[in-house]
Amino acid sequence: MAIRRAMSGRIMDRTAVVGARYMSSWWRSVQPAPKDPILGVTEAFLADQSPDKVNVGVGAYRDDNGKPVVLECVREAERRIAGNLNMEYLPMGGSVKMVEETLKLAYGENSELIKEKRIAAVQALSGTGACRLFADFQKRFCPDSQIYIPVPTWANHHNIWRDAQVPQKTYHYYHPESKGLDFAAMIDDIKNAPNGSFFLLHACAHNPTGVDPSEEQWREISHHIKAKGHFAFFDMAYQGFASGDPEKDAKAIRIFLEDGHHIGIAQSYAKNMGLYGQRVGCLSVLCEDEKQAVAVKSQLQQLARPMYSNPPVHGALIVSTILSDPDLKKQWLKEVKVMADRIIGMRTALRGNLEKLGSPLSWQHITNQIGMFCYSGLTPEQVDRLTNEFHIYMTRNGRISMAGVTTGNVEYLANAIHEVTK
Amino acid sequence: MASTLLSLASATPSASLCFHEINKGKLNLGCINKEKTNPFIKAKSFGRVSMVVASNVSHFEGITMAPPDPILGVSEAFKADDHELKLNLGVGAYRTEELQPYVLDVVKKVNKLLLEKGENLEYLPIEGLAAFNKVTAELLFGADNPVIKQQRVATVQGLSGTGSLRLAAALIERYFPGEKVLISSPTWGNHKNIFNDARVPWSEYRYYDPKTVGLDFEGMIADIKAAPEGSFILLHGCAHNPTGIDPTPEQWGVIADVIQEKNHIPFFDIAYQGFASGSLDTDAASVRMFVARGMEVIAAQSYSKNLGLYAERIGAINVVCSSPEAAARVKSQLKRIARPMYSNPPVHGARIVANIVGDSALFKEWNAEMEMMAGRIKNVRHKLFDSLSSKDKSGKDWSFVLKQIGMFSFTGLNKAQCDNMTNKWHVYMTKDGRISLAGLSLAKCEYLADAIIDSYHNVS
Repeated sequence: MAIRRAMSGRIMDRTAVVGARYMSSWWRSVQPAPKDPILGVTEAFLADQSPDKVNVGVGAYRDDNGKPVVLECVREAERRIAGNLNMEYLPMGGSVKMVEETLKLAYGENSELIKEKRIAAVQALSGTGACRLFADFQKRFCPDSQIYIPVPTWANHHNIWRDAQVPQKTYHYYHPESKGLDFAAMIDDIKNAPNGSFFLLHACAHNPTGVDPSEEQWREISHHIKAKGHFAFFDMAYQGFASGDPEKDAKAIRIFLEDGHHIGIAQSYAKNMGLYGQRVGCLSVLCEDEKQAVAVKSQLQQLARPMYSNPPVHGALIVSTILSDPDLKKQWLKEVKVMADRIIGMRTALRGNLEKLGSPLSWQHITNQIGMFCYSGLTPEQVDRLTNEFHIYMTRNGRISMAGVTTGNVEYLANAIHEVTK
Repeated sequence: MASTLLSLASATPSASLCFHEINKGKLNLGCINKEKTNPFIKAKSFGRVSMVVASNVSHFEGITMAPPDPILGVSEAFKADDHELKLNLGVGAYRTEELQPYVLDVVKKVNKLLLEKGENLEYLPIEGLAAFNKVTAELLFGADNPVIKQQRVATVQGLSGTGSLRLAAALIERYFPGEKVLISSPTWGNHKNIFNDARVPWSEYRYYDPKTVGLDFEGMIADIKAAPEGSFILLHGCAHNPTGIDPTPEQWGVIADVIQEKNHIPFFDIAYQGFASGSLDTDAASVRMFVARGMEVIAAQSYSKNLGLYAERIGAINVVCSSPEAAARVKSQLKRIARPMYSNPPVHGARIVANIVGDSALFKEWNAEMEMMAGRIKNVRHKLFDSLSSKDKSGKDWSFVLKQIGMFSFTGLNKAQCDNMTNKWHVYMTKDGRISLAGLSLAKCEYLADAIIDSYHNVS
């Protein structure tokens, strides 16, 4: 306030001259924002002139030539919708068809819950938008609640719940020594949290670690969360991308549903359908009954209206075109498996190369971990060396986006990692 | 109504309660808000319910049904009506004379072009498509405008007008906590929701004069003068929604004087550039006037109506700053607000706009289609005015229909009269008396005139 008044004083002096340009600004107190740690990596990569440069930063899939991929099923869907002459606003809850198909992926093709209309669901702006809508919803209807977030997690999770003004706590997740799951500590944290807390879980292919609980571990997690009456919110950004099989990747969610939890899910088509820039996703909240689902959906729409009114149509049309056509859906499933398999292949190759180089360290975690990312265990200093000496770009937490690894660069990458860790 | 509920909700609930108990395997749970001012939860609905199995009781037990959106709900009601003479004058979406949605020819061309190009679908940067940001700022301010040449405009692609307004509202909340936004009375219904959800306090300035069905200019100036120094003043750049009443250029000059005098910040919502007069430049005159005076200005744009890109959600927020360095800082903070909202904006609509506005041939074609659409609305206004004047023998002055501009007309009908319009005549409109002329055909003008005359004279 004081800043503003002082500024106004200065501006007043200058208004005496007609048409004078103000030398001061209303925006003096606005600091430059820190660079986004993830997206900033790509910016730096693009600016690098070296022919050897490798981008294993942002989590966007690349083919074996390092090129972005538009799936064939997506191209076909684009051709089919090209003649679409309807640009009218979608309903606030988005494309009904797209949402229906999306729920089947998460809850099961023949889910009773879908038939009983117990799921409140709206189209959202990809995974981010789905998480944000849920965070705002949580704030509005459970204003005293907190969100428990794993350590580490996708950096933007912290931003989302912070901007929604929901206080955050953390729970143990990654075990640096084993480069695996710190299961005992995670269960402890679940037990020690006040009853009825909200827990953010990565349904599969944990970002950034690639470390997922096993099926048995998921069952135990479900049991303890249930015993404490916690709310389980799943962020599922990589269904199909982790194992290559969407049904398998939804296993954790299905376990929780069997156990009777009323969960929430954020789903994204950014990676598994390659629709990154289209911003297509879905937020769903499982309710007690149809009546509650209708009420909850209306409130979700009420949150969306002052944020963007209604969601964009183009990506939603692509999704519903693909998923409602059995042949196109089959094709999609094939293409997802190709992407997942390539990544699994690169994991094997990277580990193999490091072992061949005679690295004294264990690189088992590269193939134990799953999904797009590998938590390499590299320190920030080692990462900086990789960037400065070898023109290899990744986030400073040592996260390698395996999607950026190719048969062409895997040896170079292995060599470089070996150099900075030997 | 909806807006009252929401302004209540913006107050911070003080003593809300989340309580849980474990009692020998039985569990009480749920989020209970005993604070009476939280209208979203039925406070009484959740007593101490004992449950044997914890997770069968929802955390969200007390949630009530949200009221239907006053604007978007109208179309839904229209769809449900079977009557053959029904007329949808609710949401502001352009229709042809045949009352069909209209996809502009330039848009069809560009869509085809994009399909052939087969561009990738990678993430845009947080601030959106660079080519789009460039052309959208040029479209609004003029390509030769010094503020553009001096790089003093922070432009960020937003989710149409709504999303762009929301980004600006969040910026205001963060950097000017407690400062108010003044909005016109009346204004687009969603403005209040946006500022409420962004936790930005607002109050109203007089705008619509029901006696003249015109602008309450003195009231407007007085209220802007009376506002605390350094308030944000939300102005409709052209084609005011819902009234269709715009200040004259002279009046704009006086408004700018007062805003400068009081060190207010002008915040323009431009959702209809091109749709008011038919000329994209003419409709930007008010914004350009303020910018030419050296003022720092916020301006939200939308391509929903003027390019018919409703569902693509394409618009922009622009902040004109006094230096390029300030613009860079502001842009970085707008990005920081967008990232936890949706990470980066959708690409498709941005590519369409960039291709049209950035290509001189397509841009010319667009201008022509824009003139055609605005022309159709002007014709409809004339026909409606003629029908009203000839059918109504009371001598009431219907000329406001001609004086108002843009997609909407504020008829001056009250809620009961609007209900009559819908219940008796199957004419769907918003309850504030607004009709969307974009949804009216020449063929239906006489029917509408009958409905308006009946409602005005026979219902109170």
